[in-house]
Amino acid sequence: MLSRLVFLSANSLRSSGLIGAGLVQASRSLQTSSQRLAPVPPLPEHGGKVRHGLIPEELFEFLYPKTGVTGPYMLGTGLIVYLLSKELYVINHETIYAICIGTIIVYGVKKYGATVAAFIDSINEEKVAKAQVAKDSHISFLTEAIENEKKEQWRVEGRGMLFDAKRNNVAMLLETNYRERQHMVTNEVKRRLDYQIALQHLNRRLQQEHMINWVEKNVISSITPQQEKESIAKCIADLKVLAKTTQAKAAA
Amino acid sequence: MADKAVPVVEKSLADVKLKELPRWLAGRDLTPNGLVRGVTGGYDWYYKKYINVKKGGIGGISMFLFGYVVISYVWSFDHIKHDRWRKYH
Repeated sequence: MLSRLVFLSANSLRSSGLIGAGLVQASRSLQTSSQRLAPVPPLPEHGGKVRHGLIPEELFEFLYPKTGVTGPYMLGTGLIVYLLSKELYVINHETIYAICIGTIIVYGVKKYGATVAAFIDSINEEKVAKAQVAKDSHISFLTEAIENEKKEQWRVEGRGMLFDAKRNNVAMLLETNYRERQHMVTNEVKRRLDYQIALQHLNRRLQQEHMINWVEKNVISSITPQQEKESIAKCIADLKVLAKTTQAKAAA
Repeated sequence: MADKAVPVVEKSLADVKLKELPRWLAGRDLTPNGLVRGVTGGYDWYYKKYINVKKGGIGGISMFLFGYVVISYVWSFDHIKHDRWRKYH
């Protein structure tokens, strides 16, 4: 619990500060003997076991084969008795302080240890959750990028078809243009030929009419008044004869 | 017992037997650089075992504080000697 606080602060101390940098470098030089693991192995769940908060479990396991379960306790009692009897540990005013403070510490740890541990665990878990969220979002972003890349690669395959369609379009445009121009050419040529024909017709007609007019005019002018009278009389006589013959035919 | 013969000096401290301790100690790197590396190695071992875990207990720092108390008692023993209750033990 309190070690977890130490862990939090020690971590921040390691990453910042000169001593931290030196320690990290020293530990790194010690690590180069073995291979570095690429995904960093996760932290161990629990630390080394400690009995009564003071004595590592390894001592108990070390003495168990020879002395059984009570061995380390006998060792501890013997040591304490020896220290007291030889007065290597002197009982003075500081012993009273130690007993009082020890009692308070033990009482505090036993009573509030679990809640403090849970609180610090929640802080740690928040940090881990944030890092996990960042990692997950990054991974999802990258997988999306991979999918988009694959889709782009698939799209590139369709580009050939696009260019074929465009080529077809261009060919059709050229064809239509060519045909339009051919039409125009034929139309223009026909128009010019029609014009020439119309011109010739016009010339012919003018010549004819002019000739007719001229002949009429000459004929009319050549008919003297004398001839006119004679012709009119002749016509009347002819008409009379005709009338007679038809009358006769009609009566017969 | 041993599956392959390892020279005593290269064993880690937990595997050294008591008889071999002086020989082990003499054979280690005792240059200042080596001493510093030894101290940092010891610190790192303690840190990795008891403090750098997900759910540490009271043992990690309580052992450290207890060691501090013991060392400070040992260093001030010459002064505390005068508070003894009996002269002859």
